[in-house]
Amino acid sequence: MTTLYRAAHERVSIELTLNGQRRSGEAEPRMLLCDFLRHELQAFGVHVGCEHGVCGACTILVDGRAVRSCTQYVAQADGVDIVTVEGLAEPDTLNEVQRAFAKHHALQCGFCTPGILCSVTHFLRDTPKPDEQQVRDMLSGHICRCTGYASIVTAILEAAAVLSQKS
Amino acid sequence: MVELVVETTTTWTKRGRGVKPVAFDYYRPQGIAEAVALLSDKGDEAAILAGGMTLGPMLNLRVVRPRAVIDISRIAALKTISVRANVVVTGAGVTQSDALNSDIIVREVPLLAMALPWVGHFQTRNRGTLGGSVAHADPSAEIPLALVASGGTIVLQSRRGQRRVAAREFFVGALVTQRQPDEILTALEWPRSPPDTGHAFTEIAQRHGDFAIAAAACGVRLGKEDQVEELLLAIGGVEDRPVAIDVNGFLGRPAAKMAVDLSEHAAAIVNPLEDHSASADYRIALTKVLVERAVNAAVGLAWQRRNRLQ
Repeated sequence: MTTLYRAAHERVSIELTLNGQRRSGEAEPRMLLCDFLRHELQAFGVHVGCEHGVCGACTILVDGRAVRSCTQYVAQADGVDIVTVEGLAEPDTLNEVQRAFAKHHALQCGFCTPGILCSVTHFLRDTPKPDEQQVRDMLSGHICRCTGYASIVTAILEAAAVLSQKS
Repeated sequence: MVELVVETTTTWTKRGRGVKPVAFDYYRPQGIAEAVALLSDKGDEAAILAGGMTLGPMLNLRVVRPRAVIDISRIAALKTISVRANVVVTGAGVTQSDALNSDIIVREVPLLAMALPWVGHFQTRNRGTLGGSVAHADPSAEIPLALVASGGTIVLQSRRGQRRVAAREFFVGALVTQRQPDEILTALEWPRSPPDTGHAFTEIAQRHGDFAIAAAACGVRLGKEDQVEELLLAIGGVEDRPVAIDVNGFLGRPAAKMAVDLSEHAAAIVNPLEDHSASADYRIALTKVLVERAVNAAVGLAWQRRNRLQ
């Protein structure tokens, strides 16, 4: 067994899958994963808010799980499978959740939206037929200052109904 | 001749921008032995990184400035849940959501399963670990409270060997534990709960997922005459550590009339903190309310379960 070691200020090379494509880059191990995704891999859909795990704007899918990307570091992401908002639907199309968000005005400024869409993807996989309380509980991990959440809840419940009818 | 400088995508990070924590030596061991050896060398100059749900914010805000970070998040041996004769052993690196989705935890350690939905949010539980929360020892944290209430044990590993510390002795004060700087918290041991035990976890926070202002965890088992056969009660968020309440005086009493007395007993014992979120008096008031609710709920569940098993 080997221990990966990088002295302070030394950089580490990593390879990962980003939205289905093999990507690589290098940075200091201490760089936040969200900054790496934006500035090294140009995944600008990853929004950076509070940078300490509270606001939810930077939420992405790592190996299928909705997690904060601001409290993970570059060296930890070697070999993982990442999906950001850019990878949730084919380019220039909307998935069912995104369509419901547009229909119900579930976003205004849109800063929190990419994180919420990533969370919803994981959430609906685990909980295909959620009730309102479950949706609100999941949403408690995201801060939205525009909508008051009601329209987001409506959109998620509608998308869940559409998706579970399809499957 | 002017040299043409091509701006590559890596320029942004090369300028030393885009980092928040202080520069640290980074180690990612693959096994527990390597991690223990590293920590023995570095001692309190090193920080152990698991899920990063607490250390991450502290690094980013530079509240902590470790010389070295030892990343144990890839150590597979720390991610197992196993059932032994009397205890369920959860590796320190088991995530809170994996524990919540574990049939073993739901069946054998129902109090932990009840506490976990109160821990942070869906998105933080997906990465935050059981061991990380216990090692950090926030006075209001739910997992330490569940461990103290259950009478669980913390397993620590160092070059000097392995030792077990009872949860009721492990927590010394706010963010202070019995763990020595060269010890890694490797596992938690949770006593298996008999199937006729009823549990409850109650909490008051400003919003769900915020730090608890007060929380109560209770477990109870009833005898044939509905008397209290076994009773566990602990309070979190009120003192600088989770505290187990001495309930010996309540054993053998009729369970139906116990909740109010027990809540007053608990409120008289605790020595509450006072801070920006609540006064000492308010925490006493919450202790009463939460204990009463937890005891009533646990007794109701114990009654149902015993009747179903008879």
